[in-house]
Amino acid sequence: MNEMVARTDTLNPLTADAREFEGKALRAQLARSTRLEKAKALLLVLPLLLFIGIMFIFPLADMMLRSTDNGPVAELMPDTATRLLDWDQSTLPDEAIYAALARDIQTAQKERTLGKIATRLNFELSGIRSLLTKSARKLAQMESSDESWKQRLVQIDQRWGELATWSAIKRVLPSVTATFYLSSLDLAYDAKGEVVRKPPERAIYVDNFIKTFAISLGVTLSCFILGFPVAYLLSVLPTAKANLLMICVLLPFWTSLLVRTTSWIALLQTHGIVNDLLVWLGILNEGNRLDMMYNMFGTVVAMTHILLPFMILPLFSVMKSIDPSFMRAATSLGASPFTAFIRVYLPQTKPGIAAGSLLVFILAIGYYITPALVGGRTGQMISNFIAYHMQQSLNWGLAAALAVILLIIVLILYWLFNRIIGIDKLKLG
Amino acid sequence: MRKLIRFTSVMALGLSCTISIAAAAERITVVSFGGAYTNAQKKGSHEPFMEKTGVQILSEDYNGGLGKLRAQVESGSVTWDVVDLETSDVIRACDEGLIDTVDVNDLEPGTDGSAAADDFMPTAIKKCGIGAIVWSTVFAYDKTKLATAPHSIADFFDTNKYPGKRGMKRSPKVNLEMALMADGVAAADVYKVLSTAEGQTRAFNKLAQIKDQLVWWKSGAQAPQLLADGEVVMTTAYNGRIYNAVENESKSFVIVWDGQVMDIDYWAIPTGAPNKARAQEFLVFATAPEQLARQSMYISYGPPRKTAAAMVDESMKKHIPTAPVNLTNALAADAEFWADYEDELNERFTAWLAN
Repeated sequence: MNEMVARTDTLNPLTADAREFEGKALRAQLARSTRLEKAKALLLVLPLLLFIGIMFIFPLADMMLRSTDNGPVAELMPDTATRLLDWDQSTLPDEAIYAALARDIQTAQKERTLGKIATRLNFELSGIRSLLTKSARKLAQMESSDESWKQRLVQIDQRWGELATWSAIKRVLPSVTATFYLSSLDLAYDAKGEVVRKPPERAIYVDNFIKTFAISLGVTLSCFILGFPVAYLLSVLPTAKANLLMICVLLPFWTSLLVRTTSWIALLQTHGIVNDLLVWLGILNEGNRLDMMYNMFGTVVAMTHILLPFMILPLFSVMKSIDPSFMRAATSLGASPFTAFIRVYLPQTKPGIAAGSLLVFILAIGYYITPALVGGRTGQMISNFIAYHMQQSLNWGLAAALAVILLIIVLILYWLFNRIIGIDKLKLG
Repeated sequence: MRKLIRFTSVMALGLSCTISIAAAAERITVVSFGGAYTNAQKKGSHEPFMEKTGVQILSEDYNGGLGKLRAQVESGSVTWDVVDLETSDVIRACDEGLIDTVDVNDLEPGTDGSAAADDFMPTAIKKCGIGAIVWSTVFAYDKTKLATAPHSIADFFDTNKYPGKRGMKRSPKVNLEMALMADGVAAADVYKVLSTAEGQTRAFNKLAQIKDQLVWWKSGAQAPQLLADGEVVMTTAYNGRIYNAVENESKSFVIVWDGQVMDIDYWAIPTGAPNKARAQEFLVFATAPEQLARQSMYISYGPPRKTAAAMVDESMKKHIPTAPVNLTNALAADAEFWADYEDELNERFTAWLAN
């Protein structure tokens, strides 16, 4: 070996050092040229990366930050904020804090920031908004007197003498808050700062998460029951007929979602086509027409119709690839058609079932327009509440917390799905 | 962290918003609720304003709520110059600094020379918005389908005397007030009662009496539709929608004014409006008595100022909420109350609905 090296050394006039140097230079050259290639490739995917960053990562991060952001109260009421830090919430705060609050309210009123403080505080305790505006108004009219600030404020409104008011203010001072997550789970802080359940007449979100789940499961199941035979038929029919049928599947898919939803209203409402027909046939009489619209039933029916293609297409693509000779082999080996279907055919469609169900379920869980239109009293889903808090109540913190919880649920489901079925086995068409 | 939030929203919104193209003519964007209402505003104010000043008005529709406005203001890319807001939104938007303050002294005086501050209804002048219309939630029925005519809000809740389904808006607002009035609470005491826990329970109990007979609507156009389809025998609705169905679609609907809940819509200017001076000019123009009176020729919403109300066309007078004959048992919605209790009552209403 050493001899060989020695020989090459004599053959090659370059010393070992020089060779190493040349190797480095080559490597550098190679790196330079691949860097250029890499940069070119990066340029190609840059629009997509930017798009994902701006349209997906940023809003997502923003939403997550908002769900714990406590708002600007601490900045807008600095004096009260620093003094309240040491207050232990067991007795009413002392005079110095009352004086600081009165000063802060007056400053905020002058600088037009009182509204922001009031809005944020009202999310913690209903009614505190008008308490602040009223106090600001009365404080401005008040003559200077010997009375303490505590007496004066309690005179303006007795709520200033209640622990609940003060602990609400203390809660909005740290920079992060759990209020919105607690609200999303029907929990709240009491006057002592302990987490308690909301009274049953105000608890809505946990039930609604469960309902959203149930509706999505119902839709997935109905899509499967309706979609499986259709997909099977599509896969076994001769091409010409299958294409025609495929168009029938796709045509509604290309129709506007609103049109499809409102046509269900025309069909299913109390004086709609289905009810009229049943009455005309004498199956129902005028008095007991069925309630099929503006409830959970209507939501499930309309959503099943809209999401059906997402089940049929992956099923179809999997079924198409199943060799019909398997079934023939099974029957020739003595299996009844039923057994052959259950033991031979069905297991092979598993990737399609998995893909279709996952698609439909995840699309369904965040559905918004259809439940908003046909959901009525009992068919509202969690996304309708998120929209309400985004557009109406302006409680973006709560909307964000609800959305994050929904996202976490979807991620857990995805993880479970991956554990049980395996995401690499998915076949989307 | 707040800075980061602001930064991210600026990034997201700034980039997603289209960059407006500079137009040759001066232009302002006026945003309102669309449909027959915006048409009346166009006839009443937009067209004469364009004629007078040469400024182009781009009319945009929205569905109410402050979500869009807040997103625009927070991201610093405001495209709206003037916006039509409901009372509760005017108060909240003002609190949050989303709209600018308006000085009542800039407004046109009444036709009799009285100062605007005296001419307007007191509730029509807010710190950040000026009243444009008085509208009302009333209940209405189809006279061809109901044998005996209902007369009072109590009749709406009386399913023995008037069997059949009722339509109501899916929201606690107005419904709780009507329930209390039907339960015998005088209009003047409604909000006092509703501020107490017992009062709220009382209102919900009254609603519960007809709960299984209720059909819920969401958008204003749905209410007359439910009535026309025979889905309900009576429904609460915005008075302008019923008027429109009667006048333009020849429906035989009748409005019962007893127990009506009046509210006001306001013109306001978003903070950072691109053409603030012209927006201000439009607001003053549109709230002048002539324009308000002209607007009410096209829709049955009344002007919120005295001298304008006096100029309303005779044939329209009895159809507007503020007509004396319609005011015998009327309630003015208290937006301050709702700003305080909306979150809580909405949760309770939603829970009540689901059970």
